[in-house]
Amino acid sequence: MDTVINEIKKPENLVFGKTKVLTDTVMHYCPGCSHGVVHRVLSEVIEEMDIQDQTIGVAPVGCSVFIYNYIDIDWQEAAHGRAPALATAMKRLRPDRYIFTYQGDGDLAAIGTAETIHACNRGENIVIIFINNGIYGMTGGQMAPTTIEGMKSSTCPFGREPAHDGNPLKMTELLAQLPGTAYVTRQAVHTAGAVRKTKRAIRKAFEKQRDKKGTSVVEVVSNCNSGWKMTPVEANRWMAENMFPFYPLGDLKDV
Amino acid sequence: MAKFRTKKSYKPMSELRLMKGNEAIAEAAIRCGADGYFGYPITPQSEVLETLMTLQPWKTTGMVVLQAESEVATINMLYGGAGCGKRVMTSSSSPGISLMQEGLSYMAGAELPCLVVNVVRGGPGLGTIQPAQSDYFQAVKGGGHGDYKLIVLAPSSVQEMADFVELAFDLAFKYRNPAMILSDGMIGQMMEKVELKPQKRRWTNEEIEEMHPWATTGKKEGRKRNIITSVELDSEKHEAANLRIQAKYKEIREKEVRYEAVDTDDAEYLLVAYGSSARISLAAKEMLRAKGLKVGLLRPITLFPFPVKPLQDLTGQLKGILSVEMSSGQMVEDIRLAVEGKVSVEHFGRYGGMIHSPEEVANALEQKLIGGK
Repeated sequence: MDTVINEIKKPENLVFGKTKVLTDTVMHYCPGCSHGVVHRVLSEVIEEMDIQDQTIGVAPVGCSVFIYNYIDIDWQEAAHGRAPALATAMKRLRPDRYIFTYQGDGDLAAIGTAETIHACNRGENIVIIFINNGIYGMTGGQMAPTTIEGMKSSTCPFGREPAHDGNPLKMTELLAQLPGTAYVTRQAVHTAGAVRKTKRAIRKAFEKQRDKKGTSVVEVVSNCNSGWKMTPVEANRWMAENMFPFYPLGDLKDV
Repeated sequence: MAKFRTKKSYKPMSELRLMKGNEAIAEAAIRCGADGYFGYPITPQSEVLETLMTLQPWKTTGMVVLQAESEVATINMLYGGAGCGKRVMTSSSSPGISLMQEGLSYMAGAELPCLVVNVVRGGPGLGTIQPAQSDYFQAVKGGGHGDYKLIVLAPSSVQEMADFVELAFDLAFKYRNPAMILSDGMIGQMMEKVELKPQKRRWTNEEIEEMHPWATTGKKEGRKRNIITSVELDSEKHEAANLRIQAKYKEIREKEVRYEAVDTDDAEYLLVAYGSSARISLAAKEMLRAKGLKVGLLRPITLFPFPVKPLQDLTGQLKGILSVEMSSGQMVEDIRLAVEGKVSVEHFGRYGGMIHSPEEVANALEQKLIGGK
């Protein structure tokens, strides 16, 4: 058996490896969570564009707060919702660097709404990666601005009722209306095909920044199986059946 | 708004000018080689942003100037810029400074240098647009959540408004901590003669990488990635981070105290005042001296670190101390802590936008420290 394993481990027999931009740190994410997949394709884009030494990320407050432990680039950890303000100054002061934010829906579409809208409206030449799982994951599954009608959470335990809880916010559609955005798209990572599309979208967003086109927003509709109280498989199915009709996938703007 | 030189006549030499305190802040920022200013309009300090937008330093020194959507955004722009090792600043007035407290706490926690200018107006709430000194506690005791301090400089002239910009940047970078210039609507709005220093060049990106190896400049091969953060879930590690920050504050207390003492050698009564109140108290001191009373003035220039020892050194000779502030009495608490009950310490001040006169200060000293006890 050992002989077989040693044979398999030989460098010349390697058929797949993780990108060197990802660190070896074990991720803290729940099994089945979308974050790990998005981290990987983002890291692959950074490696393929050969910009590891030129890229500075801005981490959010939320489940991905410790993204800087997993992706081997320089990072700044922002206060909740403020990542686009940090990125604005970083890009203006270091226009020779690729600057991106990685934010969840509570961070980007609730507490950070003003910073998000104004950075996009000014057309800051940055990339915003927006993970939308319709829930506050890190704090234990509370209602988010993006929680869809009827969806249950710990602060709308009987399902979101717009008459009482307000309406879910289509932030990406809103950002696509602003003159400062260059590329606005909504993707997912629930199937192999979807992962490939998301990777292409992130690559395109970084290329827009390279070409000084303005703000790019890549929304990734994601699951939160532990917050949604489902198995990973059930969560992906529920997402496709319930989230995608309200948050349809595809490009909203490409200038 | 005043008329300013255009780019054509831009003369980066040392020169004498008559200008407002707020305009001096803007001029000094460009001349000391600041990298970025991010601001939001609020009275009585809007001339800082107006002056910078008129001078357009991005065309000369390369300094970035941006009007942001809120003070919440501006302080977080400072976080991002400082994290890249850049000399970044903002200015605002009391309600706007309140909005920045979250960001200042994060910057102190992440050990990021920056300059915040507070041209204080009367509060609480929306308050008034007239001068006040009622943000003392917020400035020197932390202001936001957690155990931290700002390095606080208190100018009492337009010249000091200009000079303290570079001093504040130097201290902020020396200790990797936010610094504040605590001014008020009087110093910000009044015009005085000011000597502006010659233009210094900005740090290059290469110099920043060399001087500030902690900054996020792009991870070069061979070095570990730089992470600017204030979060640490392991309590023991987070306590260690707190101890490191507190050790820094101890060093600041030991090395960076600045103050001015006038006629304190033979003083039996002491006025303690900073900023605008120090100017008024200086006139009050002259009036009281003319009456034969041995009155001195101690003007703290750094409010954190507070000049504790200079006050303690005087306690043996003093019969009383009067803290003069345009507030209901905030610095008076630090004076009492410093003298440890060895001298009686009283407070006098008009506030809520009112400015005391020298006569009122002189009368207050006579009544509270001598006659009216």
